[in-house]
Amino acid sequence: MSLWYALWDFLPLEMLHWDFMKNALLALLLMAPLFGLLSTMIVTGRMSFFSDALGHSAFTGIAIGAICGLAAPTWAAVGFSVVFALLFSYVRSRSNQAADTLIGVFSSSAVALGIFVATLGGGSFTKYNKYLIGDILSVTPGEIGMLALVLAAVLVFWTLYANRLTLTAIHPQLASSRGIPVGLSQTLFVTAIAVVVTLSISSVGLLILNSLLVLPAAAARNIARNLRQYHGFSVLFALAAGIAGLTVSYYSGCSAGAAISLILALIFAVTFCLRKVRA
Amino acid sequence: MKLDIHGGSCGHSCCLRVENLSVRIGADPILRDVNLHVHCGELVALIGPNGAGKSTFLKAVLGQREYEGVIAFSEPGQRSKKPRIGYVPQSPAFDPSDPVSVADLFACCMSKRPAFLGLGKAMRQKVLECLERVHGEDLIDKRVGTLSGGELQRVLLALALEPMPNILILDEPLSGVDVEGMETLMDMLDEIRKTYDLSILMTTHDFSMLPRYADQVVLIDRTVLIQGKPEAVLNSAEFSRAFHMKGGSL
Repeated sequence: MSLWYALWDFLPLEMLHWDFMKNALLALLLMAPLFGLLSTMIVTGRMSFFSDALGHSAFTGIAIGAICGLAAPTWAAVGFSVVFALLFSYVRSRSNQAADTLIGVFSSSAVALGIFVATLGGGSFTKYNKYLIGDILSVTPGEIGMLALVLAAVLVFWTLYANRLTLTAIHPQLASSRGIPVGLSQTLFVTAIAVVVTLSISSVGLLILNSLLVLPAAAARNIARNLRQYHGFSVLFALAAGIAGLTVSYYSGCSAGAAISLILALIFAVTFCLRKVRA
Repeated sequence: MKLDIHGGSCGHSCCLRVENLSVRIGADPILRDVNLHVHCGELVALIGPNGAGKSTFLKAVLGQREYEGVIAFSEPGQRSKKPRIGYVPQSPAFDPSDPVSVADLFACCMSKRPAFLGLGKAMRQKVLECLERVHGEDLIDKRVGTLSGGELQRVLLALALEPMPNILILDEPLSGVDVEGMETLMDMLDEIRKTYDLSILMTTHDFSMLPRYADQVVLIDRTVLIQGKPEAVLNSAEFSRAFHMKGGSL
């Protein structure tokens, strides 16, 4: 970290003379490729609402962990989210109901359970607000280290499974006929999303998390003609919005998460207007 | 459920032998007591009214549906390994907004290298060779969601032929394809069948092509009503009952 801090001291960028800004920039440089990659599969697999529901379930896990007196409620949240994701996968594979209906059932149940546990015995809910809104500017070097580990794990997973996950997402029947274990692929993917979302939420908050998990890929789809462009644009948009949002936040004093989300929305609007250029 | 690999007992060399097949969803019987032999190198058309269980039958053969009875595969002179099944799914299932090119689709199915890193030269050449079998080299960079019905069927067919399967299964390959496209596709299937001595099982609602291309037609409605040469089945009382009385269309 000291090398990273020293690097920016040499550059004439006022905003990067502050350690909290250097931390936030490094966190974003790690998060952007991570979420840019994941978002491609989330959007292709029509799971945008699912990642949102997972964020809420993570918050419930944190509330349960805190009430149980755990020193690190984040790990309780990871456990809760993974159980939530696996249970959802199981019910989805056994039910005729539409996926968005089932996500609604799971999401509202998880939120209700979280609020119930958090307010049990007259407890206050406000201490959990940081998980909902989050603040990338308060990210710590320890949390950045964890993000780096998560990014490395996702890159390995992606290199090994991207083809199978893509085929499962675009045509499960075709994937199955090619010998791909569709159920296992879907379960691995939702578990990976559950772990990534939960480990990231305590440092960056639900708002930025969800916008980074959906908007980069949604914008990339407007103009990409193949998988390489899709992934490339998605990561590029996430990186550009992250850096631009942090800069806007520094000079205007607004929430960095909100600025990043709005810039991503703007990129979506621009690519939407350019979508005709795609073959 | 029993899956074994050995020869048929109908006097022909059977690539697919289905005996006493039943499929249920919950307590509802979808298929019952289905018996069917597909001989090597034959094109067999499975027909029946909507809801007759044609797709369920294909899913059972593909191993995607629990069943009771026997589904057995064999290759002439061989007694080994699980068969390779080439499958062409019903077509209108690709999202038009998916940024997945034809080359990407092949790479996802055939390559270990992640397709999002792009195709190497060797892989691109291999995809072109696969597409050449269906005269579709010019489709390689098109997005799968933007292909016409006929183009998509040709691409899916090329994909199903790599690696060359023991039996090719097509689910409604003619739906969403115009008349000219149908003829092109059926000519192509005929050519492939003869070139590679491939057995083909397909479901269809279009009966006009059957006398020219099918060796055997099987009419099912929960069970096999009649099977035989195309003309015999299409002129049978069972065929009239199954379609005319149920409001089916010829």
